[in-house]
Amino acid sequence: MNEIALLIAATLSAGTPLAIAGLGLLINERAGVLNLGAEGMMLIAAVAGFAVAFHTGSDTLAFAAGAVAGALSAAVFGVLVIWMNTNQYATGLALSLFGAGFSAFVGIGYVGKKLAERPSFELPWLAELPLIGVALFRQHPMVYLTILVTAFAAWVLYRTRTGLVLRAVGESPESAHALGYPVRPLRLAAVMTGGALCGVSGAYLSVVYAPLWVEGMVAGRGWIALALTTFATWRPARVLLGAYLFGGVTMLQLHLQGQGVQVPSQFMSMLPYLATIVVLVLISRNPTWIRVNMPASLGKPFHPGH
Amino acid sequence: MIALEARPEPSRALAWLSPLIALAITVVVAAALFAALGRDPVQGLRMFLYEPLNGARGVSEVALKSTPLILCALGLALCFRSNVWNIGAEGQFLLGAITGGGLALFFTANQIAIERWVFFPLVIVAGALGGMVWAGIVAMLRDRFNASEILVSLMLVYVANLLLSYLVFGPWKDPKGFNFPQTMSFASGTTLPRIVTGLRAHWGLAVALLAAAVMWVFMFRTFRGYQLQVGGLAPAAARYAGFSSRRALWTALLVSGGLAGVAGAFEAVGPAGQLTPHLSTGYGFTAIIVAFVGRLHPVGCVLGSVLLSMFLIGGELSQSRIGLPSALTGVFQGVLLFSLLACDTLITYRFRWRGPMLARGAAA
Repeated sequence: MNEIALLIAATLSAGTPLAIAGLGLLINERAGVLNLGAEGMMLIAAVAGFAVAFHTGSDTLAFAAGAVAGALSAAVFGVLVIWMNTNQYATGLALSLFGAGFSAFVGIGYVGKKLAERPSFELPWLAELPLIGVALFRQHPMVYLTILVTAFAAWVLYRTRTGLVLRAVGESPESAHALGYPVRPLRLAAVMTGGALCGVSGAYLSVVYAPLWVEGMVAGRGWIALALTTFATWRPARVLLGAYLFGGVTMLQLHLQGQGVQVPSQFMSMLPYLATIVVLVLISRNPTWIRVNMPASLGKPFHPGH
Repeated sequence: MIALEARPEPSRALAWLSPLIALAITVVVAAALFAALGRDPVQGLRMFLYEPLNGARGVSEVALKSTPLILCALGLALCFRSNVWNIGAEGQFLLGAITGGGLALFFTANQIAIERWVFFPLVIVAGALGGMVWAGIVAMLRDRFNASEILVSLMLVYVANLLLSYLVFGPWKDPKGFNFPQTMSFASGTTLPRIVTGLRAHWGLAVALLAAAVMWVFMFRTFRGYQLQVGGLAPAAARYAGFSSRRALWTALLVSGGLAGVAGAFEAVGPAGQLTPHLSTGYGFTAIIVAFVGRLHPVGCVLGSVLLSMFLIGGELSQSRIGLPSALTGVFQGVLLFSLLACDTLITYRFRWRGPMLARGAAA
């Protein structure tokens, strides 16, 4: 039983970075911009977060650094895509490739460095509960914060004027423009918010989850987070659910490896990637379902005055 | 205020100048970066732009690295022209390395003697099949289930990496290799014939150049190639004309997968001479940049491959000579692609000074 509790705890921890990044990408996709640069932004933020945590010892500052790094790299992408009308796919890819190279270059000095011992995070009283305490209440604060942020994002998207405008910008930028909303600045804001959240996710990986820096350590999570937004049909709560599902797959394979299951470890490590493909296939099978839910102008450039 | 305004017609001159402007921007950024890191910018730039082509050995190394880049980039150019976003050439490359290397291993382990020139066509077929299977999965999932080819092809890169790693850590590990994760070295009959003795460049280069010529004919001189491009540029028009988008999808992916697979096979039985977990240095990803820098044109892909090979070698040189990590190459590659995309905007748009006068004129 205790094992299952530990597995649940590990699942929440592994799902958290996917959830934060997925949520960020959801916000900028809701505004009509598809950023394939998630992997790159997360890598840049991961190295920025690790460096700050290494030098200051503060998690909070590390997350802030990750968010800033993510938002800045998203801004480069955003300006190119939104004002220069560059191809969104190609520009996002450029960001992913640049991020991989840049983070490897900047991070070379931090390879093999260790962060100071993490304090344990136990919620008073709740952590003492049998099983449930182990499963749920001994997590890094970011795990709980992610759930709050998801709820907040859902509230903003569906219950506030800001959310309505944001969705309008993603569904029909022409109408939003005609009503006098500044479509392009709004899109940039959404892209930078998405970048900041991807950045927090990257910092979580290098500072809390790993905690270390190696080249390419995001290991495809940026791309999985992109798949999550489709899986979630662009709804925040489902992103969270999907993220935990993927976290569960990751942890289950590690758990089985630990149990000495006679399957080569490499095949086990394939599971999260194969799961992503399976999920994409299942969800995309019905084109109408996707079309109904997808922001109508996702990936389409908007150039006022045409 | 400066504003972008659509040109009445796309500028042909800028379409070709844009990569050169992007290169110039990259050079300026690179020089600034060298200076900021306290290194001599002139020496730094020399290592990236001049020394790789200096001497026969240099040219051979550039040719060696250009070979896989050309093959991968040609396929990607076809995909991107057909609006098929295959970004997993790296995975198709690795599969080709596994099938091509597997074939060489089969001959080596069973001590079957074979002539290099007999093996050469065999390894091309093996590599192409490996890459085509991997790309075929992407095509099938897109065709049957509408799954995003971007994400599927990329996920398959990680799967291919793990598959290679499983093989060299497991069943294909050299029994006499002191437990290192690598296969035995391929017998000399199962390696690629070299162009000049003593230099590493191999005849795979000729295959890559031939592929570029064939690709040119296919893209610009066949009806099938034309159909693919119409489908990419104007899907609605292609549908109206009755061009099958499914066929375009399958053609683009199988061709690019096959080419990337051949590149991988060449890498395995060429410079590597055995399979190891770190066989690829990211050629499949670098090829994306090559394809864009080369304007998705076969000749451009060849030129772009030479440039990006020089970048790769420059990175190695800067590591050994001035102690900067070779990841520098990745930074420059990224800057090059960003600048290129920004410059490409100027093909269809131009800057206009939009002063208050004009605004008033528009209001009136």
